[in-house]
Amino acid sequence: MISVEHNLLHTGLTSVQGPLVFVRNVQDVGLYDRVEVIAPDDSVRAGRVVSIAAQNAVVEIFQGTDGLSLSETRLRFLAEPVQLAVGPGMLGRVYDGVGQPMDGGPPIAAERKLRVDGSAINPVRRDVPREFIETGVSSVDAMNVLVRGQKLPIFSGSGLSHDRLASNIARFAKLRGAKQQDFAIVFAAIGVTFDTAEHFRREMDEFGALQRIALFLNLASDPSAERLLTPRVALTAAEYLAFEEGRHVLVILTDITNYCEALREVSSSHGEIPSRKGYPGYMYSDLATLYERAGRIRGREGSITQVPILTMPNDDITHPVADLSGYITEGQIVLDRDLDRRGVFPPVALLPSLSRLMSKGSGKGMTDEDHPALASQLYSSYAQAQHLKVLSSVVGEEGLSKSDRALLQFGERMENDFLNQGDVRRTLEDTFEIGWRLLAALPNEVLVRLSDQQIEQHLASFRHGG
Amino acid sequence: MNEAEVFWINGPVLKAQPVGSMQMKEAVFVGEQRLAGEVIRLDANSVTVQVFEDTTGLKPGSLVQASGLPLAAELGPGMLGCMFDGIQRPLTGIAQIAGDFFDTGVNVAPLDREHRWEFQPSLKPGAVVNEGQTLGLVPESADMSHRVLIPPGVNGKLEWITDAGDYAIEDTLARVRTREELVDVAMLRRWPIRKTRPCARRLSLQAPLLTGQRAIDTFFPIAKGGAASLPGGFGTGKTVLLQTVAKWSDADVIVYIGCGERGNEMADVLDEFPRLEDPRSGRMLMERTVLIANTSNMPVAAREASIYTGMTIAEYFRDQGFHVALFADSISRWAEALREISGRLEELPAEEGYPAYLPTRLAEFFERSGRVQTLNGTEASLTVVGTVSPPGGDFSEPVTAHTRRYVKSFLALDRARAQARFYPAIHPLQSYSGYLEQTERWWQQRGALQWGAFTKRMLELLEEQARLEKMVKIVGRDALPPSQRLVLVCADIVVQSLLRQSAFSEADRFCSAEKQTEMLKVIELFLQQADRAVQSGVDPDTLTGLPITRRIQRMGEDIGNDNLEALALLMHDIHDVFSELAPSFPEAGDDAA
Repeated sequence: MISVEHNLLHTGLTSVQGPLVFVRNVQDVGLYDRVEVIAPDDSVRAGRVVSIAAQNAVVEIFQGTDGLSLSETRLRFLAEPVQLAVGPGMLGRVYDGVGQPMDGGPPIAAERKLRVDGSAINPVRRDVPREFIETGVSSVDAMNVLVRGQKLPIFSGSGLSHDRLASNIARFAKLRGAKQQDFAIVFAAIGVTFDTAEHFRREMDEFGALQRIALFLNLASDPSAERLLTPRVALTAAEYLAFEEGRHVLVILTDITNYCEALREVSSSHGEIPSRKGYPGYMYSDLATLYERAGRIRGREGSITQVPILTMPNDDITHPVADLSGYITEGQIVLDRDLDRRGVFPPVALLPSLSRLMSKGSGKGMTDEDHPALASQLYSSYAQAQHLKVLSSVVGEEGLSKSDRALLQFGERMENDFLNQGDVRRTLEDTFEIGWRLLAALPNEVLVRLSDQQIEQHLASFRHGG
Repeated sequence: MNEAEVFWINGPVLKAQPVGSMQMKEAVFVGEQRLAGEVIRLDANSVTVQVFEDTTGLKPGSLVQASGLPLAAELGPGMLGCMFDGIQRPLTGIAQIAGDFFDTGVNVAPLDREHRWEFQPSLKPGAVVNEGQTLGLVPESADMSHRVLIPPGVNGKLEWITDAGDYAIEDTLARVRTREELVDVAMLRRWPIRKTRPCARRLSLQAPLLTGQRAIDTFFPIAKGGAASLPGGFGTGKTVLLQTVAKWSDADVIVYIGCGERGNEMADVLDEFPRLEDPRSGRMLMERTVLIANTSNMPVAAREASIYTGMTIAEYFRDQGFHVALFADSISRWAEALREISGRLEELPAEEGYPAYLPTRLAEFFERSGRVQTLNGTEASLTVVGTVSPPGGDFSEPVTAHTRRYVKSFLALDRARAQARFYPAIHPLQSYSGYLEQTERWWQQRGALQWGAFTKRMLELLEEQARLEKMVKIVGRDALPPSQRLVLVCADIVVQSLLRQSAFSEADRFCSAEKQTEMLKVIELFLQQADRAVQSGVDPDTLTGLPITRRIQRMGEDIGNDNLEALALLMHDIHDVFSELAPSFPEAGDDAA
């Protein structure tokens, strides 16, 4: 037996650089084929072929190259892409960063193996996402509607409460009329601390939702090249759960910034020409292969909704990680340090936040006929208030007109009454009521985005009653 | 057939050792799966190929098969209403074979070989025919007749032409005896996507491409046959604006290219266009639209090819005498695909890693727009509008900067406006149009005599507003004299009433040229009256609180295209309000007509 196995093994490493291994004299090897690497201490690591030149191949090792040697490392080239075994019973389990169960439980009863890179959904087979998800968070439900099949990241900064917001959304989210049974969460920790992952697991446990969650963990201490694989195995599991088992899957990926850093690290090992801030020129396309795996498919039950989290280095929204993500995802929820400092939770910066699918998931038949006008007016007035805040800090409040002062006050109430809700779940109706009430305090002349009828219908009661 | 053996693979790019010769830009098939590819470089002992499909599992030793032909688009009836990928494979056809997800090596012909189209010959045997001449008509839909033309380069005598009847696209419809040979003519044509299709001559631009968007038509027009770019950071509404323009523009045929953008957006277009009606013809929008979708997660080389595929299809319709508009979302993603391939080839980069030939390629692309006299002498046009996605919203980056050199209409989108949900977020001071003069005459011919002067005055007002707002930040609004506060009041009304336009309001999403003309008159009247009122001592800030002001600011949404009398009534009321406000006025009513 042993001798046969040894026949398949390949030696001939010529160089080891960062996460890459260079091998000569390889035969019949395909691009992106899976490779098993047997280290001198007989431990097995996973890798894949990333480029081929004649009989030389470059292999990327997901678990890092520490402890490998040129002469004693053996490789087994498998004529298949990197895959994930999927099957019933994937939920309620904990996996490592390459998709192996690590909770001491039995292996997954593999129904089949799926390529972790996935395949692009044919655009003609996509269904337009339009089912409103009530997240219970006012700044999302009224202002940045999340719909099934959307990818809506949280743009945060180090130390801000993005994890708390994500776990609130996971706990609160519901769609009217859907069975809880259909709902599943896939959580991929990409280079985050054990604490972060454990906290999320505990929250879900307290909520009694642990049986509906699959956790994929690549922690900060795990090899960085593995981070390229973790979101892919997680999304592969999500695709199985959504499109084969018919569940509505919420995928939380945290933290995409760590993923991009791993990408940069591997790219520089390849000696590739860097683009902005040293990140590879193909980072947009690479991120798209993750984010675009969200969606709905015609004629299939399930859906994949993504809430990726990324921490903007130095809170800079023009940083390539945030910038390229923003160009691919369908909006973003931006968190703000000032609001956070003032104790507003969730500290959502309304103006830079956006949901591109807002018009699909809100309005008549979905939420409320006047929802788009309400959101538009809240945005407009809040933007004016922000502008006036700057102005009044220079010229003083006395220099402002009466309507300007009303706007200024509106801006404060927006932050204290509307945004700030702690960990309490708000129904959509409650959120709307707060919104209309705040607008009622403004004079009609600044309510250009509302029709006379809307003013009469929604604001009159607050005005006369108050 | 010539072949080559693969020895080097790096992502979508491979090198192979050829047996026999291959040509630059030749279409090839790679490996057992017959992946589509294109020759992009030739060396003494190797050919470099970019592969338009996923290369996972491809091995050295695989064969590259030459096709002997350049990468070409198939042209003929059956393209309207369809969605293709970057190398023109029909996505519905692929889905029928591969299912909901893409698979490699699925080869489906772009056009249906079986479908039989009704052909009505326009010529008789014996006629002397020239290239570009209409051989016959194929009614594709109720209002759209596809013209089958004599192919470019074919001149001679029509030896034979078939009778009226139903034919498949490969059936021979006619034979032309040229000086050299006998040419069979069918509906199906092939044309290399990277080669500009010929026309008789290029004409100067005259009419605007009406988009139904006031910020464009009134302020920064795009001429029919012109080129425009829409740059903006993420979240500034590029795609929504481009789709809005694609929906409501008065072109005969629309080619919409989703180049490296979101899958859900293409699904949205597919969902929405078949349900929307062209406000002018009453036809469904989908019946005049060809869609090209190469989303961000689809192979990067096919993304690079997608804009050329779209352009060739657009030129094909232009040659039939149609006014065609091509919309590309986004030019930056195309440039990034170019950069990625260039990087894999280890070419020396120029700015920000982009290859040095980026400006040349951009120039070639935008120069394919134009108003032309086709080979058969009819007038037609091809307008090109592309979005640009500058990293970090920085307009000085190479793609934005180079695109700017080749377009005359530059519609800069502004983050601050978008954040206040002010749409379209076109920044009036950063945008410009070089087509103002050409389109001015068009508006004047339609009764808007003061159009050019008025547009200019509006822009001056907005510029003045920007200057004064800087002052307000220092000294406060109250410190300004009434005349300057009036500027701020008026500019705000112009911004709210003309520049703001709701893409989701049924009355406002499309604003007809007539409505735009009337709205301009309303604003003009208001400015005039407000000016007089302030001169006679009225405080300009009282104007903002007037109910009439609110009516003006909301006239776009509250008054539909078919209710222009309401705008006349509004003008009448403006007169009444101001004669009450400043009663000492001499009879202002004289200006009403």
